[in-house]
Amino acid sequence: MSFISVTQRLFSGFAISFQLFFGTLLLALPLGLLISFGSMSRFKPLRWLVRTFVWIIRGTPLMLQLIIVFYGPGLLFEMTGIGRMQAAYIAFIINYSAYFSEIYRGGIEGIPRGQYEAGQVLGMTRNQIFFKVVLLQVVKRIVPPMSNEIITLVKDTSLARIIAIQEITMVAQNYIADKGIIWPLFYSGAFYLIFCGILTILFHFIEKKLDYFRV
Amino acid sequence: MPALEVKNINKSFGNISVLKDISFSMEQGEVISIIGSSGSGKTTLLRCLNFLETPDVGQIFVEDKCIFNSEDKKSLKDSQIRKNRLHFGLVFQSFNLFPQYTAKQNVMLACELLAKERPDYKANKKQILTEIEQNAEELLKRVGLSERMDNYPHQLSGGQQQRVAIARALALKPDILCFDEPTSALDPELTGEVLKVIKSLADEKTTMVIVTHEMDFAKEVSDRVLFMDDGLILEQGTPQEVFENTREERTKQFLKKLTD
Repeated sequence: MSFISVTQRLFSGFAISFQLFFGTLLLALPLGLLISFGSMSRFKPLRWLVRTFVWIIRGTPLMLQLIIVFYGPGLLFEMTGIGRMQAAYIAFIINYSAYFSEIYRGGIEGIPRGQYEAGQVLGMTRNQIFFKVVLLQVVKRIVPPMSNEIITLVKDTSLARIIAIQEITMVAQNYIADKGIIWPLFYSGAFYLIFCGILTILFHFIEKKLDYFRV
Repeated sequence: MPALEVKNINKSFGNISVLKDISFSMEQGEVISIIGSSGSGKTTLLRCLNFLETPDVGQIFVEDKCIFNSEDKKSLKDSQIRKNRLHFGLVFQSFNLFPQYTAKQNVMLACELLAKERPDYKANKKQILTEIEQNAEELLKRVGLSERMDNYPHQLSGGQQQRVAIARALALKPDILCFDEPTSALDPELTGEVLKVIKSLADEKTTMVIVTHEMDFAKEVSDRVLFMDDGLILEQGTPQEVFENTREERTKQFLKKLTD
């Protein structure tokens, strides 16, 4: 097995992992914000519903959720199953938006009431207070926990192999069964390491950018 | 015509009645200090004036214009409250500066946002913004912070932050400026610089309501002192009347505790 052909195969596997990572991030970030508003709602039934949902999603394994989303529709309702990749997107987006929503909630609830009140007595509208006063402070507060969660997401994409998605870990693992070699598995680790390294640098950069003020 | 008239304000939190039928009025340029122990309702009264709390019952008039009436639901609408609020400025105990803005930006922000609602904003944008900036610079100079305009709040001492907060409150040219224990969160050596600024505002005939624990300052700066106890204005008068010729037993007790 040549190094070059393994590299090529791993790259095509990594492309799938990256798609899953990026697609999840793109949709779970805004969806998480929506969920966090629900979990802070003054309307009790909604708050209760949303918090229960978050509890279930965070309280069960992502792997379990993947299996249910992929096999559930066919077995429970005799619907035609959805595609593997679609199932993976759905499970990952739901799972990660639940986690993100808690990060947002922590960030928003951590803003002192005095900041809102100062805006109010200066005649600002609710929207002005949120966008001009609160938002950047929330962003600063959530960057560290967000970066943590996003780096976890990179590695969680490997769970998608449970529904036979050819992401990089599965590609590498197949070499054990097919060829009896294990080094591609170690090699795949380098892909994760480098990608997480880049993300770490990126988040560090954002933190530095927001270093000019304290909250 | 009184600058401010408060009529029969009542406010409860749950079963606890915090303000009981508070009425008082003040003239243009008058400085009133409100004293009293914690929990007597001083801060709640100030928060009612600034619409951070809504009184259950009562009316508030500014220059004979009714800006709050518990009977009139229209005066309770968000947009209306926002407008009426601008009659008052409030300086908080904990400054509450916006951390991501410099001192100057803190002073300018609300003015900039309000200017956007002006019909001539688009046409005269540059000129309006220059005026706002000049005004902010003048105010910061007035509170002795011309060297600190471009500093962020965390780079300033507590006393400096509170002076920025005063400039920020003045920027909107409120009719009545309120202070909620402006020096309580400060180290003792920093209270002087803030009190000096408030004193200078009093000398310039700014109408002010000051909730304070600094009795010497209240004596020096106020035209009138209100003593609050258990949600009532128990005693009021000139500083001399309240501090030296105290009538009420409860007031005497309170003042005696402070000197012990």
